[in-house]
Amino acid sequence: MKKSIKEEQEENSEFNREPSDSESVKRVVVVPGETIVSGEDYLPGEGTRRINEDVVASRYGLAEIAGRVIKVISLFGAFIPRRGNVVIGRVSDITFRGWNVDIDSASAGFLPIEESPRFINKDEMDQFLAIGEVVAAKIWNVNARGIDLSFKGKGLGKLEGGFIFRVIPSRVPRIIGREGSMVNLIKDKTGCNVTIGQNGWIWIRGSSISEEIRARKAIEYVAEQVFIDGLTEKMEEWFDKNK
Amino acid sequence: MTKSSFKRIDGRKSNELRPITAKVGIIPNADGSALFAFGNTIAIAAVYGPRQLHPQHKQNPTKAFLRCNYDLMSFSVSERKKPGPNRRAQEISKVTEWALAPVLDLDSFPGTVIDVQIYILQADAGTRTAGINAASMALAHAGIPMKDLVCSVAAGKQDKELIVDLTKEEEDFKEGEGATDFAIAKVANSDEYTLLQLDGKIQPNIVSDVLELVNGACKEIYEAQKKALKEVVKK
Repeated sequence: MKKSIKEEQEENSEFNREPSDSESVKRVVVVPGETIVSGEDYLPGEGTRRINEDVVASRYGLAEIAGRVIKVISLFGAFIPRRGNVVIGRVSDITFRGWNVDIDSASAGFLPIEESPRFINKDEMDQFLAIGEVVAAKIWNVNARGIDLSFKGKGLGKLEGGFIFRVIPSRVPRIIGREGSMVNLIKDKTGCNVTIGQNGWIWIRGSSISEEIRARKAIEYVAEQVFIDGLTEKMEEWFDKNK
Repeated sequence: MTKSSFKRIDGRKSNELRPITAKVGIIPNADGSALFAFGNTIAIAAVYGPRQLHPQHKQNPTKAFLRCNYDLMSFSVSERKKPGPNRRAQEISKVTEWALAPVLDLDSFPGTVIDVQIYILQADAGTRTAGINAASMALAHAGIPMKDLVCSVAAGKQDKELIVDLTKEEEDFKEGEGATDFAIAKVANSDEYTLLQLDGKIQPNIVSDVLELVNGACKEIYEAQKKALKEVVKK
């Protein structure tokens, strides 16, 4: 059941997916306004722009030079919602059309009443989702008025048991890893259920508190590592050391 | 000119800045944060957002709202300052917004607010410029798309001598023509100026010399900002 979430997350992080090994990738930290490379041969990608000959960073982060395309991946900062992202949020209010969900971003998430799998009486909405409960949902639309959420997709819905914590949202693709390799490794080694929201909220539920804490420590360790060459192998060592 | 023979009160050269301290990521709960210090003037800045803007009538459906708040802490000066906002703080908050907004890509986040909190922990003149430097680093650290960093420094005149990065003692200089304080903010990699505030008197024909002095100083500041931003990423 949890596998499908992971698959969806991979689709979502398409644009900041790890490049494959065969491409030689150079990574370097850049600040806004700094020239990354110059020459007409290069193409400005996300987080960059062209000024005359030069490709210049338009945000602070890790510049990736993969072949001809240059892009800058953010390393810090708030979550910017995009359609298709799986997020974890907390129900903050119940209106007669649905639930308001705080997803830790610039605009509030809204989950319409139609998303409930069965018919709900309008005055019994808190029996399905009460204020303060935590949900995993998918963003299916971002507009000026807010963010519309959906439960369509396997593994989405109310999260019960376990605990949630927060990491820097821009580190989420690293925690998921290439084709979900990193999160699968953490799941295998700790036996915990892990759901990762693109907004940086992570939900863990395992058989014992100690395993849950170990999974959390592993995820926080991954989030610290910015240069990711061979991190999956490094993590296996980490698990051997932190039994 | 008499450039070489002139000695400033603290023994610096006329184009010499006070020692710069720059750090990034000092406030764990903020989306971006930075510390910037010119000698004894210490400013910290925290950036939150883009996040939801309240009151809602201030929301702009076409772009994000930049909200700066400059606060001189009551313990930052030798004579305790009454805490809380005052007319001076309001003005500096406003000019800081104007100094930073031109480099930011506010159109990407319609209807939201980017909050910039600037606290002056220790004041020895040049607090608004230190605040702008810190805020510029903190905004970059928060991952907000921006054209460039902003560098800021005060230049001025002590009697007839042009100097850069004035201390409080130099600002209070009374002899001869007195002191002039000229706070300037500049976009790092271009010749755009986003803040010009003149306090005192200056001859129009030497303003270009002042700008030249500031350009040199801004290069140094930019290098310090860049170094600090690059250092936080562990290899």
